[in-house]
Amino acid sequence: MSKLNLTRRGVLKSGAVAGAGVALPTIFTAQSVAAHTNEPTGSTVTLGFNVPQTGPYADEGADELRAYELAVEHLNGGGDGGMMNTFSSKALQGNGILGKKVEYVTGDTQTKSDAARASAKSMIEKDGAVMITGGSSSGVAVAVQALCQEAGVIFMAGLTHSNDTTGKDRRANGFRHFFNSYMSGAALAPVLEKMYGSDRKAYHLTADYNWGYTTEEAVKSSTEAMGWETVNTVKTPLTQTDFSSYIAPVLQSGADVLVLNHYGGNMVNSLTNAVQFGLREKQVNGKNFEIVVPLYSRLMAKGAGANVKGIFGSTNWHWSLQDEGSKAFVKSFGTKYGFPPSQAAHTTYVQTLLYADAVERAGSFAPCAVAAALEDYEFDGLGNGKTLYRGDDHQCFKDVLVVKGKENPTSEFDLLEIVEVTPAAQVTYAPDHPQFSGGALGTCNNGA
Amino acid sequence: MFGLDKKDAKLLLIVAALVLFAPFLLNPFPTDSAMAQFNAGYPDLMQRFVIFGIFAIGFNILFGLTGYLSFGHAAFLGVGSYSAVWMFKLLSMNVVPAIILSVIVSGLFAVVIGYVSLRRSGIYFSILTLAFAQMSFALAYSVLTPITGGETGLQLALDDPRILGVAQTEGGNIPVPGIFGLEMRSTAELAIGPWEFVFNVGYYFSGILMLAAFYLAIRIFRSPFGMMLRAVKSNQQRMSYTGLNPKPYTLAAFVISGMYAGLAGGLMAAMDPLAGAERMFWTASGEVVLMTILGGVGTLIGPVLGAGAIKYMENIISKINSEILHGWFAFMPDGLEDLIVALIYPFIGKGWHLTLGIIFMLVVIFLPGGLVEGGQKIARLFGRKKAADDETPGKSTEPAE
Repeated sequence: MSKLNLTRRGVLKSGAVAGAGVALPTIFTAQSVAAHTNEPTGSTVTLGFNVPQTGPYADEGADELRAYELAVEHLNGGGDGGMMNTFSSKALQGNGILGKKVEYVTGDTQTKSDAARASAKSMIEKDGAVMITGGSSSGVAVAVQALCQEAGVIFMAGLTHSNDTTGKDRRANGFRHFFNSYMSGAALAPVLEKMYGSDRKAYHLTADYNWGYTTEEAVKSSTEAMGWETVNTVKTPLTQTDFSSYIAPVLQSGADVLVLNHYGGNMVNSLTNAVQFGLREKQVNGKNFEIVVPLYSRLMAKGAGANVKGIFGSTNWHWSLQDEGSKAFVKSFGTKYGFPPSQAAHTTYVQTLLYADAVERAGSFAPCAVAAALEDYEFDGLGNGKTLYRGDDHQCFKDVLVVKGKENPTSEFDLLEIVEVTPAAQVTYAPDHPQFSGGALGTCNNGA
Repeated sequence: MFGLDKKDAKLLLIVAALVLFAPFLLNPFPTDSAMAQFNAGYPDLMQRFVIFGIFAIGFNILFGLTGYLSFGHAAFLGVGSYSAVWMFKLLSMNVVPAIILSVIVSGLFAVVIGYVSLRRSGIYFSILTLAFAQMSFALAYSVLTPITGGETGLQLALDDPRILGVAQTEGGNIPVPGIFGLEMRSTAELAIGPWEFVFNVGYYFSGILMLAAFYLAIRIFRSPFGMMLRAVKSNQQRMSYTGLNPKPYTLAAFVISGMYAGLAGGLMAAMDPLAGAERMFWTASGEVVLMTILGGVGTLIGPVLGAGAIKYMENIISKINSEILHGWFAFMPDGLEDLIVALIYPFIGKGWHLTLGIIFMLVVIFLPGGLVEGGQKIARLFGRKKAADDETPGKSTEPAE
């Protein structure tokens, strides 16, 4: 069946084919001369919006995309200008970025690192995107950030809360506006102490993945520092939908606080289960049993319905804030889409403006110039008060909101009530803090 | 040529030509035209075409020849990726040791899983492989986080040892994978008029390996060993009664196909040095089953076509958004434009799964042999005409030899 007959003609033929195959990639001289990857040469500039359109965080993704579209509209001079009017920097003129009209491409991250990288790669290689932004999960953010570093484009992280994004996995081309697990812990602890006292026993249920670990660690160390005791920490699979079997042991453990390090659908289910078990009516150690959710979002509060009433958590931004920037953003978002924006929408909108502004101030799209313009940059008027983009780890430092589920919501969007605005100084940490150690920015990469 | 009969040699040459000229074939539209949306000739997607081609060819050796439907093949892909990334972290950024290790490790992994799973056949075998793959996924996602990087995936870091290479480049960045200094990502561009074609080292490297894998698959299909595998598929009991033990054959096929998957996984890591646990998720295993069935089970070229079709839809169709649709139909009156866009919208962007589902259903119902059967039907249509033409005397010219 298998036969090997070498003929002169056959050998020549296959040799020629193989030779051509090997030689082809080297025939053409490599690369045209560009200063950096995807340098925009025409009258337009392309940005890549990489958000989850399917999967567990599709709701956040859809809201992020709305915010991006709004930001592009404002950058190109359409609409009412939104936060461009309240932004402390006045470099943006409403004529695109550096006079180039802003265009965008979208992709679906599917909340999977692989898919997100494939989609970001196609934006860079095919569509010529000069900046990638978006994402609604830390795994995706870290993966895409590493890719952008390698390819030589700027990455403006979307909703990513894990310490690692600007901790052990930080990169010189990546920037994060959103707050992180450490900040949640640092902001929540004083409020919890005031409300529940300093003699409490906490029980953690933690989503079994990277974000869960860093959040658990942050909340644990902040609460232990003020005198709480951690009774137990239990990891729950990310795909879990029924948490009853995890809630039952909480009652026997002698704990009087349950911390749910869950996000999205996980949190909606675990909180609902906990409330159904009657945890909140229980008396343990002579105190009322309490539940804490470190990372809150309005979309989650909506999913959990009446169960969120009176439960504390932290959030990056909330539409009910009364500063000029937030009001302007809520107004233009509301006018365009008919409902208030979520915190995911806010952070992605702000990131787009910050990028555009940095390019204007740097006078160049080159990633190194943009990074230099963003590093140690102080700004105001984007909804979080005075904010610093720290150059050591590319993390934004700003006020953190401690919120509580509203007892008497007036509408389906009015679910959270701001308890305290924790000042930025209180959540600031050293760049080499143990929870963030083990990473290095490297140097910025212009690619090409 | 290469020990193949004429028909197979022709097939191999066609595939080689497709691989060689893919940068031209996949970029048929000028860069500035509206149709450029459908161009697929950029490095990442071309690499995916050939890498998933390898994956599907390997899967077809098991499924197409022995009929054993493995629902956990993505586990081997993932294991291959993790091994390759570990080689990048520990040894050097050269892809050769990484790919060799990924093939070996996934082969060993396949021996273990195959030995257990192949005790059963039919649906029970499928369920066993599925269970193993899901176990691997769960382990990689959480328990084995120190080895696999958990949810974030296994990544390179600036402080990795890389004992045979450099830990960091001079600029203070992580080095990129290459083969003896030639970077996988280096790309040459060729502009002809409004067209632009891209030639990427990583793509041609994967392409050559895919041709080697394809050639090996042809040899296996035509070998006595391949005949044994077909015997397993047609009637395993009869085979046992004639005194042949099918076990070693099926296990060998399972391991070979696992090694193909490991090669694909290693290549994926070589093109993009990150390994995520999602690669082992059951949907990834299901995808390769879809690729093989869509292309044509048991045919040589079918799985490659299926892999190309699915990856094309995943990467091209999913990126069409409503803005682009409105752009296309802007010439129509407003009401009509909105109606057409509303009709098409569910099938593009995030709805690409729906499009894939419909195409899959149509193929399975009308072309049970997959895209290859479709191709054959078309060929027969034209072939008959050609046969008629052949009656003319001009054809009978004999070669001089």
